[in-house]
Amino acid sequence: MPELVVQTHNLTKKFGDFTAVDAVSFQVQAGEVIGYLGPNGSGKTTTIRMLLGLLLPTSGSAEVLGFDILSHPEQVRRQSGYMSQRFALYNDLTVWENLVFYAGAYGEKEKDHLIATLDRVGILNQSRELVSTLPVGWRQRLALAIAIVHRPRLLFLDEPTSGVDPLARRSFWDLIYELVDDGMTALVTTHFMDEAEYCQRVGIMRAGKLLTMDTPEAMKRDILPGIAWNIRARPLLKAIAVLEAVPGVLRVGLSGNHLRVITTRDTRKSSLRRALSTNHLQSVQVDRTEPDLEDVFLALAQEKDQFVYSKAD
Amino acid sequence: MAEKLLLANHISRSFGALQAVKDLTLQVRGGEIFGLMGPDGAGKTTLMRMLCGALLPDSGEIHIDGVDMKRFPDKAREAIGYLSQRFSLYEDLTVLENLRFFAEVRGLDRHQWQPRTMEILEFVGLAEFIHRRAGNLSGGMRQKLGLATALVHHPRLLLLDEPTGGVDPVTRQDFWQLLIRLVREEYVGVLVSTPYMDEAIRCTYVGMMIGGELVLEGAPDQLLKEMSGQVLELQGSPLSIWRRAAAKLPGVQDAQIFGNRLHLKVDQASLRSVTRALKRTARQEKLNLIRIETVDPTLDDVFIRVLSRHMDTSDLHTQTGERHA
Repeated sequence: MPELVVQTHNLTKKFGDFTAVDAVSFQVQAGEVIGYLGPNGSGKTTTIRMLLGLLLPTSGSAEVLGFDILSHPEQVRRQSGYMSQRFALYNDLTVWENLVFYAGAYGEKEKDHLIATLDRVGILNQSRELVSTLPVGWRQRLALAIAIVHRPRLLFLDEPTSGVDPLARRSFWDLIYELVDDGMTALVTTHFMDEAEYCQRVGIMRAGKLLTMDTPEAMKRDILPGIAWNIRARPLLKAIAVLEAVPGVLRVGLSGNHLRVITTRDTRKSSLRRALSTNHLQSVQVDRTEPDLEDVFLALAQEKDQFVYSKAD
Repeated sequence: MAEKLLLANHISRSFGALQAVKDLTLQVRGGEIFGLMGPDGAGKTTLMRMLCGALLPDSGEIHIDGVDMKRFPDKAREAIGYLSQRFSLYEDLTVLENLRFFAEVRGLDRHQWQPRTMEILEFVGLAEFIHRRAGNLSGGMRQKLGLATALVHHPRLLLLDEPTGGVDPVTRQDFWQLLIRLVREEYVGVLVSTPYMDEAIRCTYVGMMIGGELVLEGAPDQLLKEMSGQVLELQGSPLSIWRRAAAKLPGVQDAQIFGNRLHLKVDQASLRSVTRALKRTARQEKLNLIRIETVDPTLDDVFIRVLSRHMDTSDLHTQTGERHA
């Protein structure tokens, strides 16, 4: 049985009337890369702050690395690394000085270890540069170096890739996987659906609730109610209206430069094509495709909204 | 040919030693959406602030709907609707009161703002909620009200600074459908910055900003066409080992993991030999190979290629290159 590094039971946080995190329960095993997906304000950061013992839950409980977050928050923080969304670096210090400063707070003074840490994240050559002159991709790596300098076993990365270019995003994910190969466990929040595909398991948060946590493959298989299609047709908005009226069509949305359509499993390509051509849409192309996590998210959101509406009635 | 609603001609702006925007030229016509991409610190927001008249360029000219921003800033601004990522609404005011406030700031009198306000609220789908306080709106509704406030004075040009960053996919869908309708029905021009590739690809033109410059610009279809026949997609596991193996093959210029697959940028002449070599690798190294085929490039592929070239001289690229070599 692999070690559980995170276990939460109905973890809940209320701010006044507002429930930021609503009865969230999940487990993380050692060596996993967990993607924690959800829009701004869905409760991702609040969850992490509770797991780090920085914020008291209103109810529920959690154990991190075997320690209760309520009774042993210091032990949790000593063995976990945290890279926050708006990481605080000293702009007028060099890369090296920043690392020395933060490492000192953990009592890490060994010079060789600090050098190895910068090397690990690929910014050893920049160690004498002022942070203010660094591109955002390097600052992000410095923030990661600071998060791992005290040799944590568990890493919480809160939207580490927002605001960087696609190349830097990819190499940052490579780094995460290298750290996991070295024996760490990582929980990474993001609002980029395609990034979540990199993760072994993904949790989807919306409005404080953890809607599901599973492998991307299982979610696509179990949660999506039907088949995904890519459809090209002009004009787009008219095509949306036409498709929405076709029996069996569950959802129509924009996806890149074409439309993404989810239908029941018995819907045929020919019926979609026919609807578009009889309504005089141009350059019609209908292709069955594999579902992605955005399809899953939208399906879950729809389910939940319907639930909320029916409860309100 | 449609008129140029936005014309920025060789504009530059520095803050001390930092050149935030360098000799940048950009235009947007009515009926067009220009999508602006680029990492934080690339100069997107500085550019937007100059275009909406909040910041003067050190050099270069900006014309909005034919009006020189420097000589006639008030007149130029009349044509602009601006929405930033962190727009603010008055939480204690209702939807209607918020809109009225922004309308009055824009100089509309009662006879003008009342019909326009209802029209916009109808358009963005908030007509039923006019008496709800802004503080009690959901994220998606706030987003729509934000857009409504930017539209209240009939702007010809919309400047949107990451309006959908981090918002719910459901809200992003609604927001974009509204934008497309605006462009089609009211023939406005839109400049929108976004971190999402799937949003960029639906624009008329896209531009990638790095270090204050537009390093790539064009119609998405055109940009994709230039790379067609050069991307191999591999599905298999473990992907990280596949990637290392593929990157070593002659003819493979770049190997990047995209979600659960690997994209290889390959010289067109080497497509066959690379495919054969990968199948051989699967047998020899006992790697799981589900599928390998040529695919249409994505905008990500295009941007990554440009970025790799752009960074060729920088240390960061050398280092990551070594790591994966």
